[in-house]
Amino acid sequence: MRWNRAERLWAAGLLVLAIAAPFFLYPVFLEQALCMALFACAFNLLVGYVGLLSFGHAAFLGSAAYVTAYTVKAWGLPPELGIVAGVAVAALMGLVFGWLAIRRQGIYFAMITLALAQMVYFFAVEAPFTGGEDGIQAVPRGHLFGLFDLDHPLTMYYFVLAVFLFGFAVIVRAIDSPFGQVIKAIRENEPRAISLGYRAEHYKLLVFVLSAALAGLAGSTKALVFQFAALTDVDWTTSGEVVLMTLLGGIGTVLGPVAGAFIVVAMQNYLAQTASWVTVIEGVIFVACVLAFRRGIVGVIAPFVTGRRASADIPAQRPEVDAAPLPPETAKETPPVG
Amino acid sequence: MLAHLPAMPPAPLFFAQLLVGLINGAFYAMLSLGLAVIFGLLNIINFTHGAQYMLGAFCAWFLLTRFGIGYWPALVIAPIAVGIVGVAIERLFLRRIARLDHLYGLLLTFGLALAIEGIFRQEYGSSGLPYSIPPELEGATNLGFMFLPIYRAWVIAISALVCGATWFVIERTRLGATLRAATENPALVRAFGIDVPRLVTLTYGAGAGLAAFAGVLAAPIYQVSPLMGSGIITVVFAVVVIGGMGSILGAIISGFALGLIEGLTKVFYPEASNTVIFVIMVIVLLIKPAGLFGRAS
Repeated sequence: MRWNRAERLWAAGLLVLAIAAPFFLYPVFLEQALCMALFACAFNLLVGYVGLLSFGHAAFLGSAAYVTAYTVKAWGLPPELGIVAGVAVAALMGLVFGWLAIRRQGIYFAMITLALAQMVYFFAVEAPFTGGEDGIQAVPRGHLFGLFDLDHPLTMYYFVLAVFLFGFAVIVRAIDSPFGQVIKAIRENEPRAISLGYRAEHYKLLVFVLSAALAGLAGSTKALVFQFAALTDVDWTTSGEVVLMTLLGGIGTVLGPVAGAFIVVAMQNYLAQTASWVTVIEGVIFVACVLAFRRGIVGVIAPFVTGRRASADIPAQRPEVDAAPLPPETAKETPPVG
Repeated sequence: MLAHLPAMPPAPLFFAQLLVGLINGAFYAMLSLGLAVIFGLLNIINFTHGAQYMLGAFCAWFLLTRFGIGYWPALVIAPIAVGIVGVAIERLFLRRIARLDHLYGLLLTFGLALAIEGIFRQEYGSSGLPYSIPPELEGATNLGFMFLPIYRAWVIAISALVCGATWFVIERTRLGATLRAATENPALVRAFGIDVPRLVTLTYGAGAGLAAFAGVLAAPIYQVSPLMGSGIITVVFAVVVIGGMGSILGAIISGFALGLIEGLTKVFYPEASNTVIFVIMVIVLLIKPAGLFGRAS
C-alpha cells in the first residue's frame, strides 16, 4: 500500500504529537497507553488480518512481563536483554499455543486460546518465581545499553515510544508485504488460497507467533514502565480488554487498536473511580460496539480523513456480514444438538 | 518427579476429595449442558452463562434476605426470573446480531457478563455472602468409609436428575425433535409452521434458567459472590471443548468426569489441580480436535 498525501500528513502529525506529548500529559499514562496500543496492534494482526479471534492474548503479555521482571531483578540483566528474554518466551509460547489452537477455527479457536491462557494464569499463581498474589515488585529499570538512565521520566517515555514504533513498523511492514497479501487471502477464502499452493496452516502459525512475540514486547516494556509484573497481566479480563480496545478502535484497521487503547487506558485512569465501574463501562462499550459500531472509530473516520475509499486495508465488505472482518469459516463448525 | 508423589492418602480424605470433585463436576455438567443447548440453536458461545449462574445465586440470596423466601421456593423462582432476563437479552441484543459472524455473539455476551458482574461487584464487593443450607438438608450421614453431608448428596442427585431430564427432553420428546430439526435447518422448520425465532428465544431463556438453577444449588456450598461466575466459566469452556459442543450427553458425561479427575488430582498432586482440566483439553485437541463426543468438521 502506498501512502497518499493525506495519510503521510497524518502520520507526520501523529509522530509530532507523540514526541511532544510528555510535556503536556503524565508520562506514565502515555507509556501505559503505548504499551497497551502495541498489545492491541499485535492482537489486531491476528484478528484483523487472519480472522482468528484470540481470547487469551494476556498469556503472552503477562508471561513476557514476568520473564522480564524476573530476569532484570533476580539475574541483574540489563533492560534490553530482559526484554529480549521476555519476547523470546512469548514467541515460544506463541508457537506452542498457535500450533494447538489453529487446529480449530472461529468460536473454538477463541475458547481454546482462552483455556490455554487460563492454564498460564494458574501456573503464575502457583509457580515459585512469580510471587503469587504479590507479583514481582520493585523491578529496577536500569540503564539501556548501559547508556540511558531509564529512571529519568523523559528517557523512559522516548524509549517506550521507540519500542512502540518498532513494533508498529513491524506490523505495518508485515501487512504490506507479499506475506501480508497471502494472509489476507487466507482470511477471505482459505480453500482458494490453499488451492493456489499456499500452506494456510503455516501462514496462520507464523502470524500467531509474530502476534504473540509483539504482545510479549508490549508486556516486557510494561513491566519496566510499572516496575512490576502481576497476576492482572495474565488475567483473562486483560485478554478481554485487548479485544475491547481493538473492537472500539476498528478491527482490521492499522491505527484503530492504537486509538482504542488510548481511549480505554484514559478511561481507566481518569474517568472511572473504581475498578468495578471500569468493568461496567467496558461491558457497555462492548455491547454498544457489537450492536451498532462494528467498524470502530478508525474504521468509520479513516475514509473521510484520508480520502481513501474502501482501501485494501479495510476488510472487504461482505454484504451479509456487515463489515465483519472476522472469518467466514466459523459457519462451518456448527454441529447440531444431539 | 515420582518421588514427590505422596503415598496413598487415608481413605476419608480420598473420598472427601472425590466428593468435592463430584460436586464440581455436577456444576460443570449443568453449565456445559446449558452452553451446549444454547450453542446448538443460536450458534453462539454464551459468555454470559457465568453471570447468569451468579445471578441465580444472588436471586436466592435476595429472596432470603429481603423477603424471607427460603431455599425451596428460590429453586423455582430464581431460574424463572433469570430465564426472563435471558429472554430479554435474546430479544434485545442477540436477535439483532444473529445474522452476523458468530464471534460477535461471543463478544456481545462477554460485554454483558462484564457489565453485570461489574454492577454486582460495585454493590457487594468481591467477598462471598453466606447462604445457609436449608434445615431439611443439614447434617451428614455416616457411610462407613466417610461422612456424607446430606446437602452435597442432594446436589449430586438433583443435578444428575436435571441433566437427565434435559437430555430426555431434547433427545426423546416431540419438542426436542423440533429443536433438533431447527438446529439442522431452521428455514425448513419454519416452513412447517413452527415459530423458530420464538423457539430460539425460549431456548436461550431455558439455558439461562438452567445456569440460575445451578447458581441456587451452588449458593450454600460456594457462598454467593459476584465473581463466582467468571471463576467457573473458563473451566466450563475447557470442559465444552473436551466434550465437543455438539453433544448433550457428551457435555453431561465430560462435566462429571472432569470434576472427578480434578478431585483426584487434588489428592495426588494438588499443585496441578487447577490446571489439570486445561492439560486434558490440550491432549484431547492433539488426539481428537473435534472433542471426545463431537463430530469431525
